[in-house]
Amino acid sequence: MAGTLLEVDGLTKRFGGFTALHRVSLSVRAGERFGLIGPNGSGKTTLINCVSGALAADGGRILFEGRDITTLAAHRRTRLGIVRSFQIPKPFTSMTVRENLGIPLEYAAHARSQAGDADAEAAEILRTIGLEAKAHLRPAELTQIEMRKLELARAMAARPTLLISDEAMAGLSSVEVDDILALLFRLNERGITIVMIEHIMRAVMRFSERVVVLDAGERIAEGTPAEIVRNPAVEKAYLGE
Amino acid sequence: MMARPARALLVGLAVVGAGIVVAALRVNQYVYFAGYVVLQYVVIATAWNILGGYAGYVNFGTPAFFALGAYTAVFLIQSTRAPLPVLILAGGLVSALLGLGIGYLTLRLRGVFFSIATLALSIVLQTMIINWEYVGGSRGLSVIRPSGPPFGSYVTFLFTVMVLLSVVAVTVARFIERSWIGRGLAALRDNEEAAECMGVPTLRLKLFATTVSGFLLGVAGAPFPYYVTFVEPNSAFNLDYAVNALAMPMIGGTTSWVGPVIGAVLLGTAQQLATVTISSEMNLFIVGVVLVAFVVLAPEGILGLVRRLRGR
Repeated sequence: MAGTLLEVDGLTKRFGGFTALHRVSLSVRAGERFGLIGPNGSGKTTLINCVSGALAADGGRILFEGRDITTLAAHRRTRLGIVRSFQIPKPFTSMTVRENLGIPLEYAAHARSQAGDADAEAAEILRTIGLEAKAHLRPAELTQIEMRKLELARAMAARPTLLISDEAMAGLSSVEVDDILALLFRLNERGITIVMIEHIMRAVMRFSERVVVLDAGERIAEGTPAEIVRNPAVEKAYLGE
Repeated sequence: MMARPARALLVGLAVVGAGIVVAALRVNQYVYFAGYVVLQYVVIATAWNILGGYAGYVNFGTPAFFALGAYTAVFLIQSTRAPLPVLILAGGLVSALLGLGIGYLTLRLRGVFFSIATLALSIVLQTMIINWEYVGGSRGLSVIRPSGPPFGSYVTFLFTVMVLLSVVAVTVARFIERSWIGRGLAALRDNEEAAECMGVPTLRLKLFATTVSGFLLGVAGAPFPYYVTFVEPNSAFNLDYAVNALAMPMIGGTTSWVGPVIGAVLLGTAQQLATVTISSEMNLFIVGVVLVAFVVLAPEGILGLVRRLRGR
């Protein structure tokens, strides 16, 4: 299994009597652009919550870089390099944009490798993301797309090996979607593995090298975007019979 | 940069020194008597703010922690006649344990539910004390002060001790606020889920905050038996502590260590003045009116007002 970064093996998650995930398995290779799609309520976000540690799995295992992380606390997973962004941006509202980056820099990035120059690193990330002019503003003063960018910038500051982007583009205009997509491509070129969860098909299909489709908590298909588009099971899941 | 902790230490020592000088002045005893209460509120408000202001967990159970410190002291006075420093340390430690306990509550309870739980805690603890005869039960207990304080009268001595405790509490709060701990607490106050996902060990930081906050509240309560010389549950578990502990930082400003100090000095002094000049029943009335005014007009307290005036 050389080159496998994240391996999810038979993951099950129940909420009371409802099975949100039923023995879902998938593996993400190092450096890959990986797409995770599925209709509403198919379990995408639940899967992400289990991988990032926000939820505890009821069965199965999660391996990261060959290490079993199934029961590890969320902040420990972040320090290992699994970093997620949120569907609805969750900035630290009392802090400026720059200070927002300071938290992951201090708690995740520098907890792992020895302290670098946090200011230089934050400035560099803000430049990459295109938020340098907003460094001293509070999140409340940002526009919707800037908020999404802050969410990504903050995730970057944790120095991820695996970045999980949970619907980073929902509600954005098509120009803005392209903007975020270009950003994610750039991050991937730097060697960051990216798992993209997205409803905007055009974006996922263009971005991903490989796509896994979930429906009602089960994995129904896997393949390249071209294969997925032609897959009758996927069509059925999205459009019904 | 090296000079900064040294300067803070100097300021702290200067305040303690000033306290001793004031104690040596031997003005009207009432000044020390009232000053003690104001300083006690500096400790309480500062301690409350470590959890309520920095971490955003509103504790309505201040009386529980304060009284636990006081009753730990009563127990030790009854059983061993331990000296005051031991009482203070023990009171702090027992309340710190209670703090650690409510820290685990934050795993399941957030926001208003956490506050309700702490309020209930206070009532439960009071009921237990009422039924514990050894420390006076519901009738209360007279405490005899040790004869011969190190200097001055016993009240001036206690006043000086409270000056010292205030300096300790404020120093601890200031240190937390400016360290990585304070930044992590601010992150979890803003958004706990996001903080955890950004590598902040939220549970550990919350336990730290509840424990330190509990410790300092217990410390504030430990000298109380010697101050009042008669301890009974209704005064030790007084709701005033819960209201003031929350109102003072809110009025001063919760984001900085200065806020609770300003709030405690202003409100505490106003209450002491009202007690002598108008009536002792005016205390809570004043707090209520001022608090409502601040929540409506200046939600970030006096510090927020100053910042806003400077900004424009």
